[in-house]
Amino acid sequence: MSEAELAADAKPWRDSAAKPFISIRKLTKRFGDFTAVNDVSLDIYRGELFCLLGGSGCGKSTLLRMLAGFEVPTSGQILIDGGDMSGVPADKRPTNMMFQSYALFPHMSVEKNVAYGLLREGKSRAEAYARVAEMLKLVKLEPLARRKPHQLSGGQRQRVALARALIKQPKLLLLDEPLGALDKKLREETQFELIRIQETLGVTFIVVTHDQDEAMTLATRIGVMNEGVIRQVGEPREIYEEPNSRFVSDFIGSVNMFEGQVKDTGAVARVDTGDLGVMQALGREGLTEGQQVWLALRPERVSLSRAEPAATPGMNTLPGVVEDVGYMGHMSHFRVRLANGRMLRVTLSNRLRDEDPLSWDEAVFASWPASAMRVLTE
Amino acid sequence: MSALSDNALWRGTARVMGVLGIRGRTLVIAIPMLWLLVFFLVPFLVLGRISLAEAIIARPPYSPLWERGPDGALHIIATLDNYRFLLEDALYRNAYLSSIRIAVVSTAFALLIGYPIAYYIARSPEPRRSILLLLVILPFWTSFLLRVYAWMGFLRREGVINNTLMGLGVIDEPLVMMQTDFAVYIGIVYTYLPFMILPLYANLVKLDDALLEAAGDLGASPTVTFFTVTLPLSLPGIVAGSMLVFIPAIGEYVIPALLGGPDTLMIGRVLWDEFFSSRDWPVASAVAIVMLFLVVAPIMWLQSVQNRRELD
Repeated sequence: MSEAELAADAKPWRDSAAKPFISIRKLTKRFGDFTAVNDVSLDIYRGELFCLLGGSGCGKSTLLRMLAGFEVPTSGQILIDGGDMSGVPADKRPTNMMFQSYALFPHMSVEKNVAYGLLREGKSRAEAYARVAEMLKLVKLEPLARRKPHQLSGGQRQRVALARALIKQPKLLLLDEPLGALDKKLREETQFELIRIQETLGVTFIVVTHDQDEAMTLATRIGVMNEGVIRQVGEPREIYEEPNSRFVSDFIGSVNMFEGQVKDTGAVARVDTGDLGVMQALGREGLTEGQQVWLALRPERVSLSRAEPAATPGMNTLPGVVEDVGYMGHMSHFRVRLANGRMLRVTLSNRLRDEDPLSWDEAVFASWPASAMRVLTE
Repeated sequence: MSALSDNALWRGTARVMGVLGIRGRTLVIAIPMLWLLVFFLVPFLVLGRISLAEAIIARPPYSPLWERGPDGALHIIATLDNYRFLLEDALYRNAYLSSIRIAVVSTAFALLIGYPIAYYIARSPEPRRSILLLLVILPFWTSFLLRVYAWMGFLRREGVINNTLMGLGVIDEPLVMMQTDFAVYIGIVYTYLPFMILPLYANLVKLDDALLEAAGDLGASPTVTFFTVTLPLSLPGIVAGSMLVFIPAIGEYVIPALLGGPDTLMIGRVLWDEFFSSRDWPVASAVAIVMLFLVVAPIMWLQSVQNRRELD
């Protein structure tokens, strides 16, 4: 059983006794007055494919560069496989990095680029080039071994960069926006290619990305970053279904947000939203009556119907008017104007060929169960 | 009004060119080509023609290209004697070799001194770069001759360097620096250093930091990174800078004349002596032509090397 299977299937982060492979402790990086990374603590386990997700300037790249040894932390500590990395320069770390720009050496052929790391280890040329040939096979670049980087396409360069970073069999591979420079179609193919390679080699990957789809597809776990702080760490499903804050739920996917005060706590929490009435949401611990909360509702959890659905316990129903319809083929996006003038975003999957689809200005009822709505306290 | 007539003029020109089958691009290239033709090729041909003549005491002091014989037939007078003379007389061979040696050594020193300076400027934060570059170019704002004279003030027997060292008690007797090859090296390296620094800087400033980080990430120490990444990528800058120093240095006249001694043999001085002291224009022309080929040969060679590298 490979290590990769361990991480993706055994989910060591759920086991409080599991030993983390990478430990980031109270890490802070300041550039002058600007705090790029602010007191970040994070544990990553062997064989994980961890995604740091956030907008530009959120500190995700700075965090990655501190792991690689290109930036010196202002304070805090990084442990890789138990070893303290403080004061260890980049060339002595058990990590390798794949750069956003790929940073291929323009004066060297593909082969020489990939062999560079091995030759620096003092490997013989014969041994190095044998390993290079193997690696080029893994990334499907064998026929291009003698080409120079400028003679390659973007996708090919990306694979050379990956091969070069993997050849030393690092304990940890850092990838900075690995798919950022590729077009959409190539990116989708390459995502699965990356997962295949990661699982074949069992290397721990940390990927920095601003693309939530990429993070959702690739990651065993995602860390959502904003303003130098990790807002939430969790499996893609957790991040989407159980966001811990308005920021995270809004950052991942689209969401309808309602503000209100808690009326009742329990398995189903009742929240007074003012002019839209009392809504029922999935209860959670720690709520107190009268507490200010927000209700998050994903657009795809809402149903629309022309007739008012029969009242069932735990169901929220609101009347509205269809304001906008966006037909996407596999699904349709609706914007429904509610009684108080607010827009409700609704996404319906077009599973059946609907003979009589909802259209503009139709009066509809939007309904969703309490379990579809998550209570957020911050 | 003027715009209109300009426009008409322009359209007229364009029509004439169209009739003659000349494209705009040709016209743009024609101007520099004409310049090179008039100011480089024509003088070169004149020089070549004089180098084939015989020296005579006349004005101009060389034999005409042709002459009517007593039978009225046209004789072309051209001789390779001047070139043969250059080969036979060891003075010229030594002067060429010594010029090449001085130019090569000066270029090497300019590179050794200029590379770290260019590297330092290129790695400096952006606002500081322009100040540092200005400092590199600043000496050009004073006269070249003045700067060479200033060096005489430094290197003289009673000059700044000797006085300082004697004052500090480092030496008992003044060092002999003036009128030696050493002084010529100092003069050439000092004068042409900016020509080394500027192309190197232009090259090094383009170097992507990520490449250096990538090399470090793959286990290369800063020294190894320099020799495997920075240096090979700066080769075009090294070639350009070395050319800009080597070519003027090989024909340098003023510096060896002012700072060098009687035994500092450089082809520029030989050339001067032939033209003005001996008034032997044909031999002087031959000296100049040979020197031109000595300079052109390494350029052609470097060009072809670079072309081959690009084809790879």
